[in-house]
Amino acid sequence: MPHVVTDNCQRCRFTECVVTCPTACFHGDADMLYIDSVACIDCAACVTACPVRAIYELTDLPEDKAHWGPINAERAMILPIVDHKQEPLSTANARRTELGY
Amino acid sequence: MHTLGTELNPLRIAIVGSGPSGFYAAEELLKSSMAVSVDMIDRLPSPFGLVRSGVAPDHPKLKMPIVVFDKVAQMPGFSFHGNVTVGQDISVEALQKTHHAVIFTCGAQTDRKLGVPGEALAGSHTATEFVGWYNGHPDYRHLNFDLSQEVAVIIGQGNVAADVARALSKSVDELRTTDMAEHAIEALAKSRVREIHIIGRRGPAQAKFTNKELKELGELTGCSAEINSGGIVLNDESLVEIESKTNFIAAKNVEIMRSWTQNAATNGNKRIVFHFQQSPVKLVGTDRVQQIILEKNNLKGPAFDQQAYGTDEQEILNCGLVFRSIGYRGVPIPGVPFDEKKGTFPNSAGRINNARGLYTAGWIKRGPSGIIGTNRADALETVATLLGDLESLERDPKPGFSAHFSTLENSKVKVVSYQGWQRIDAEERRRGELKGKPREKITDIAEMLSIAS
Ligand SMILES: Cc1cc2nc3c(=O)[nH]c(=O)nc-3n(C[C@H](O)[C@H](O)[C@H](O)COP(=O)(O)OP(=O)(O)OC[C@H]3O[C@@H](n4cnc5c(N)ncnc54)[C@H](O)[C@@H]3O)c2cc1C
Repeated sequence: MPHVVTDNCQRCRFTECVVTCPTACFHGDADMLYIDSVACIDCAACVTACPVRAIYELTDLPEDKAHWGPINAERAMILPIVDHKQEPLSTANARRTELGY
Repeated sequence: MHTLGTELNPLRIAIVGSGPSGFYAAEELLKSSMAVSVDMIDRLPSPFGLVRSGVAPDHPKLKMPIVVFDKVAQMPGFSFHGNVTVGQDISVEALQKTHHAVIFTCGAQTDRKLGVPGEALAGSHTATEFVGWYNGHPDYRHLNFDLSQEVAVIIGQGNVAADVARALSKSVDELRTTDMAEHAIEALAKSRVREIHIIGRRGPAQAKFTNKELKELGELTGCSAEINSGGIVLNDESLVEIESKTNFIAAKNVEIMRSWTQNAATNGNKRIVFHFQQSPVKLVGTDRVQQIILEKNNLKGPAFDQQAYGTDEQEILNCGLVFRSIGYRGVPIPGVPFDEKKGTFPNSAGRINNARGLYTAGWIKRGPSGIIGTNRADALETVATLLGDLESLERDPKPGFSAHFSTLENSKVKVVSYQGWQRIDAEERRRGELKGKPREKITDIAEMLSIAS
């Protein structure tokens, strides 16, 4: 099952994950990243690259994050690919601390 | 003189090795704003490195990066030169004369040794040999594995060990529809292996499996995953480790293994049995391996840095096959600095130390860790370093790899182009289709060469 970016990415957007993706699955808007559920090959390289554990395999999604599955699929279709590292959001480090990572 | 990186003086880069790190480096170079020409060289007639010859046949989705690599190969400025071994058919020095820089992405081509008596007995193999054999790597196609044995032992607890365990435990009907080489399917069809022991020198919290690969071992049909009588025991430091928020992979592994502690052999099932905190001290047998002597280990040291120390308490495990899967090492290439201890090319951010114009990425750069995608991040770093060094590279126009064609021809080296590989690829797919599998790999170099030309 494909992998999914969840709300921990918001106010962070570290983009450490995008360079580890072997099939350029990440798409992004100004808030966060989303995974193209068709292109994702489920290698999980991104899961450990994310410093705030925003990424889960669809089948492992905690219940309260289940809605992120369809959101990723929809958003990735219309947003541009992000395959190179970008500056994290200015709130990233504060958010990371808040999340306990 | 024309500026380096422009149409009349393109930046000419030789990339040695066509695995993931080579292809991701090539893509990054060819997508840069400069005029770049990439000559990718591989010792095999086929490209893609371990994505073709390592990734397990029953994991076809994980081979999808090949679609990306194939697109890179179609980009203007890209050429593939297969069947050329750098350091043997052509020297590094010769490549430096025809290119502005050389990037080594040649992987970790050999195994780490156990260093225990009996390691060389018949029936004792490296995981590399077994994986290369079932994946149709030309170097390993002639090997024989005595699959009439009932008990196999795998040393090491990472994803490669899991791949070997699946190949030994899946039914041949499950394997027939994969791209596993025909010779391996035939041999495995007669396999009598019933019991597979997977030995780790440290504990369940330190096992290197990724969650998906571990979980899969508990979901095989006709095979049960079990924890040996030692059970899942975690010392205080290991508890600290799995409770750490960032160490969730290990925590999940432990959870998966805990769910197996009640599993026991059921009639007719094959068994995969996990052993922890044990190290092999000796392989014993007259003509071939018959036993492995394991020593119990204690873990010592702070959380996240616990090491295994032998206790002298020994256990004998009867077995007829041993596979060592304890890691890989790079091999040196004449003309390139080599770190004997790590088995890598010493570098900073991909620039090989004390060597102008030599760069490295992938397993030969950082050691054999990480998965396919890890090599993309790694290759991007190297290309950024290289492009930042442009001022210090030779700036004269270079002829590229075609300058070596006549020399190679004179020494009877048949170079395989990407078109040549595409012919091999088409023939493999055609042969596969006849058998209901994605491809039947051609494993004989001479045959590959004749199809390519
Ligand atoms: C058994 C196994 C299974 C794996 N399964 C997975 C998996 O399921 N998913 C995943 O993401 N990762 C997997 N990996 C990890 C992944 O394969 C590696 O991370 C990756 O292939 C390393 O890339 P590389 O480019 O550094 O080296 P390689 O892929 O090893 O490529 C090196 C290339 O260099 C060539 N070469 C070597 N020496 C020379 C020379 N002197 N001249 C010319 N060419 C040369 C070789 O022929 C080879 O093509 C697996 C690894 C192994 C060993």
